[in-house]
Formats: sequence, C-alpha cells, structure tokens
Amino acid sequence: MRELLQVQDLTKTFQLSAKQQKLEKTKEKVRVAVNHLSFTAYEGEIFGLLGPNGAGKTTTLRLLATLIRPDSGDALVDGASVVREPGKVRGRIGFLTSELKLEDCFTPNYLFDFFAALHKVEPAVRDKRKKELFERFGIDRFAEVKVTNLSTGMKQKVSLVVSIAHDPDIIIFDEPTNGLDVLTAKVVTDFLQQLRDEGKTIIVSTHIFSLIEKLCDRVGIIISGKMIVCDTLDRVCGGMSLEDRFFEIYKETVGEAE
Amino acid sequence: MRNGVLTIMNKELARFFGDKRMVVSILMPGVLIYIMYAFMGNAMGSAFGMDEDYTPAIQAVSLPGSMEALLPQTGFSLITGTDEEAAKEAVTNQELDLLLVFPEGFDEAVAAYEASSGAPAPNVEVYYNSASTNSSFAYRAVVDLMDAYEAQMVNKFDVNAGGEGYDLATAEDAAGSFFAMMMPLLLMIFLYSGCAAVAPESIAGEKERGTIATMLITPIRRSDVALGKILALALISMISAASSTVGAVLALPKMMGGMTEGVSADIYSIQDYLLLAAVIFSTVLVLVTVISILSAFAKTIKEAQTYVMPVMLVVMGLGIVGMFGGGASQELASYCIPLYNSVQCMMGVFSFTSLPLGVAATVGVNAAVTLLGVVVLAGMFNSEKIIFAR
Repeated sequence: MRELLQVQDLTKTFQLSAKQQKLEKTKEKVRVAVNHLSFTAYEGEIFGLLGPNGAGKTTTLRLLATLIRPDSGDALVDGASVVREPGKVRGRIGFLTSELKLEDCFTPNYLFDFFAALHKVEPAVRDKRKKELFERFGIDRFAEVKVTNLSTGMKQKVSLVVSIAHDPDIIIFDEPTNGLDVLTAKVVTDFLQQLRDEGKTIIVSTHIFSLIEKLCDRVGIIISGKMIVCDTLDRVCGGMSLEDRFFEIYKETVGEAE
Repeated sequence: MRNGVLTIMNKELARFFGDKRMVVSILMPGVLIYIMYAFMGNAMGSAFGMDEDYTPAIQAVSLPGSMEALLPQTGFSLITGTDEEAAKEAVTNQELDLLLVFPEGFDEAVAAYEASSGAPAPNVEVYYNSASTNSSFAYRAVVDLMDAYEAQMVNKFDVNAGGEGYDLATAEDAAGSFFAMMMPLLLMIFLYSGCAAVAPESIAGEKERGTIATMLITPIRRSDVALGKILALALISMISAASSTVGAVLALPKMMGGMTEGVSADIYSIQDYLLLAAVIFSTVLVLVTVISILSAFAKTIKEAQTYVMPVMLVVMGLGIVGMFGGGASQELASYCIPLYNSVQCMMGVFSFTSLPLGVAATVGVNAAVTLLGVVVLAGMFNSEKIIFAR
C-alpha cells in the first residue's frame, strides 16, 4: 500500500506566558506539545489518533495542515513537505476541525464556490461535485440559507462538504462527530467509510473509543505528545476492548512518567 | 490581477454589500454631515443675525447734533429721553435695544479735545443686553458707526478709500483658499473613519470568529489574502469617504453662511477631481494597510479599535497642521512622508497650487508603503502566534 502520509520525528513546543504559568501552576517556560512523533498513514485507510485532552492531537493536526510550523521533524503529505512546501500540502488535504468556522453571513452555496475557487477547482467540476455532495448531505434543502440561520448539525455538514470541495486524497478530521445528533453523526461516519472505500486516506482525531472501533483500520495512541502505540486496531487491543486497553496503556505511561 | 486576490476581494465585497446595516452605516455619515452642517449654519445665522423685518429701538440721552445726523444711517428707530435709569431697565427687560448716553456739550468737547494733552477723551456710554440677539446686533452696528466717525475726525490719510476693487484675488482663488483650509482636515478624518469602520471588522473580526484560519488552510497565498483584503477594504472605505466628502462639500457653504458667499465646489475641473481621487485612493490604501496590520495584532474587534485610536490622533494632527500650515509645500521631500504628503497634495489641489511631481511622489510613496504593508500582513497571516493568539 502507498504511504500517503509520513510523519517523521515531529516536535512542537510552545512558550508559556507568565499568565499561563500562573494558571497552570507551573514554573516551566516551555510546553512540549508534540514530542518526536512519527507515524504513517496508507492509501485507502482510516487512521485514528486517540488521546486524552492536551495529549497533542490537535497540535499534530495543525502541523499537518501547515497552520503551524514544527520546531523539528517533518511530515510528507503525498510527498510534499509541510515545512518546505506548505502550499502544495494545503492543496492536497481536506481539513476539518471545530475550531475552524464559516462566515455566518454567507450561504452554503456561496461558501462552496468560494472554497472551490481558493483551491482553483474548475467551475464545471465544482458544480458537479457540489450537486453530489449537497444531495448526499441534504444541503440542497438549505443551500441558499445563511449559515447564521442553520442548526449546529447543518453547519457541521456544510463545514465538512466545504473542506472537501476540491476532492482531496487526504482528509484530516478533528473530532468529526462532536456536537452532532446521532442521525447527522451516522451520515458523517458512513461518508468517511465511503471515502476510504474510494481510496482516500483519512486521519481522524478523537477521544471517543467507539468511533475509533467503528471506523479505524489503524490507531495511534498519543499521551503527552508522544506516540505510545501505533498499529492495527486488533494488534493494539490484543483481545481487549479499546477502552480497557487505552486505560492500561495510559496507566503504564503516566505511571512511568511520574 | 491574480485569481486569489480577486476571489478574496469578491468575498469581502459580497460580505459588505450583503449586510444592509453595514452599507447604511457606511453611507449614513455623508447624509448626517450634510444635515448637521446645514443645521449648524442655520443655527449660527440665527444666533448672530437679526430678523430682517425687525427695527431695533435705541434711545439717546443728550444727543449731540453730529450724532443726530449720523445715527439715522443705521436705520434704527431713535428716540430721545432723559431718564437714564428707566431706559437701562428697559434694556435689561429687552423692551429697548440700546441706550446711548452722551456727555453734555459732546460736539464742543470733541472739537476742543487734544489727544496730546493726556486728558481723558469725552466718553460715550452705550448700554446693551448681550442676551438679546437684536440688542447685540444694534450695539455692534452703532459702535462701528461711531468708530468710523472718530477715525474720520482725525483723518490724516486713507488706505483703500472706498474699499472696493483692491482685492485682486479672483472669486475662484478665494473659494480655493477656503476649501484648502477646511477640506484637508475634514477629508483626512472622513478617510480615517471609513477605514476604521471596516478594517478591524474584517481582520480582527475574522480572527475572533475563527474564519480566517479556515481560509488559510487552502493553497491561497498569504500575500493574496492580504492584498485582496486591503484592496476590497480600500474600495469600501472610498465609498464611505465619498459619501462624507460629498455631504461636506455641499454643506460647507451652508455652514459658513454669508462668510463664503459664492463658494462652490464647481470651481474645480475634472482634472482637479482626478488628481484628488488619485491622492485620496492612495491615502486610503495607506490607512487601510496600517489599520489592518494593527488589527491583525488584536484578538477581538474591540481590542483592534483600541489599537487604531493613535492613528486617528496622527491623522487629525496632520490635518490641523495643514489647516494652519500656510499652503501646500513646494519641496518634494514633503511628499515622501506618508499621510503628510496626502495633506500637502489636498491643499495643493484645493488651492490650485499643486505640484504635479509632488502628487506623483505621493501616489508612488503611498503605493510602496501599501506593498510593504501587504508583505508585513502576509507575514502576520503566516504567524501562528498572530492567528491563534488567545
């Protein structure tokens, strides 16, 4: 299988301000968010990043999306380096996180066209893709309604569709079902599986065990910025449930650190 | 122009024109300025003028012959009397406009008076009521008349006897001088206001709403985002500035009332307006760029509005310097300082003394500052500390 994403020894630290130090009751001036992280994701698989809050999942995804630069290490997205070729990387990925918002004053229709234009998608291709995606997610019913008037679920659908307007080969989703009702969550997970079947590579970051068990082919467990385990779901679990295995690993790791 | 720049410009303009409240808030200042200035002009006219069909009543005590002949020139109703106290009370009660008390034998005393003697001159007491517009007006008219009479009595030589035909300035020059004094300050304030109304919302607002990062994960160049935003914001600011300027130009003559009789903006040619438009657009670019960069440092729109306040002080300071600066500079170096160059150009255009090379230098310098600003803003969009500042 082709390696579409190669994360190589990625490290990212953040300076802590005096205010943050006081808030977090620490004297450390630097926080290591991602610590020599390496993993690989293959074509046609869903890779899950699992970890508690503050483990470094979101920072890793931001690094892959080139929103921030690593202190050291690199990641190759379909051969393009996040350090040296960030523009190319951005053209090859679809990135969705709850942090990224859509402008309230526009309609889904306008936003799809806008993001397609930023990705330089030809109008004919854009219109065909928009029709398919809008039908699939039922967005055509509210395509001309301003985002401000949409429900959370509707907004999430629009965000998802807009993030893949350019039909990327690598799709990175941070907590893809957060805040969604069960029906919308099912639509999203079904769609991710369909994308995998079409040969796309999907990176999903979550702390929901059931989502990983349902969707992912392989999983990486991150704790304190370090990749503790990275393998197929079966090998990681070793006959246990993912939840039990995760807490076992967490106890071993945090216990060791302490 | 690159597609990315156009895409960002289209989006910014669509966002602006799709929001009726924003459009109204940008266009409304022009209408308000017109109404406000016209109202101020009328109010000032009423405060310092007198009703046309009103004839002030003045009373004189011990009226000398010379004044008996002179005072009717005012056209006021003149009565004579001897009861000073009753007349003073009438002035206080606004039943009488003016009371003149002449010393006995005023004409003879004036004729005999030698200024070199050091003795006090004969004194005329004029009582009036400053709370009454009519009384104040009558006071100024009578005092002016008597001053002129006094000057005539010791007349040794005249300057510009007759008073007409000595001012060789054309009506255009006079109007130009008026606009050159008033408009640069007003224009700079209008331009700043237009930019400050839209730039923080577009830059800091997008950070605050989390929408800018969504745009930055696409392959579009940061410089295209910066340039697209600056050009779109400059266009929107120009609309705001144009609205305010038209309002001010139409209303200024109304505000200044009789002082600017014949003053009208139609003294300027199309060429003057084109020069002014070039200067204004380049000024707006500089202002939008500076305000955008300051806004990029802010986490919220409110914080951005605080950061840009000092720019307003600079703009007002430069406008005031222009107002009292004594005309446009003829030194090219003055046109190399951003914003100061704009004020110089505006004064030059309005007073018909513009330095063509100065205008060219201004547009060039302002364009260079804008390009530098685009590079800085693009760099800021690349900075995780700026984009994800919390």
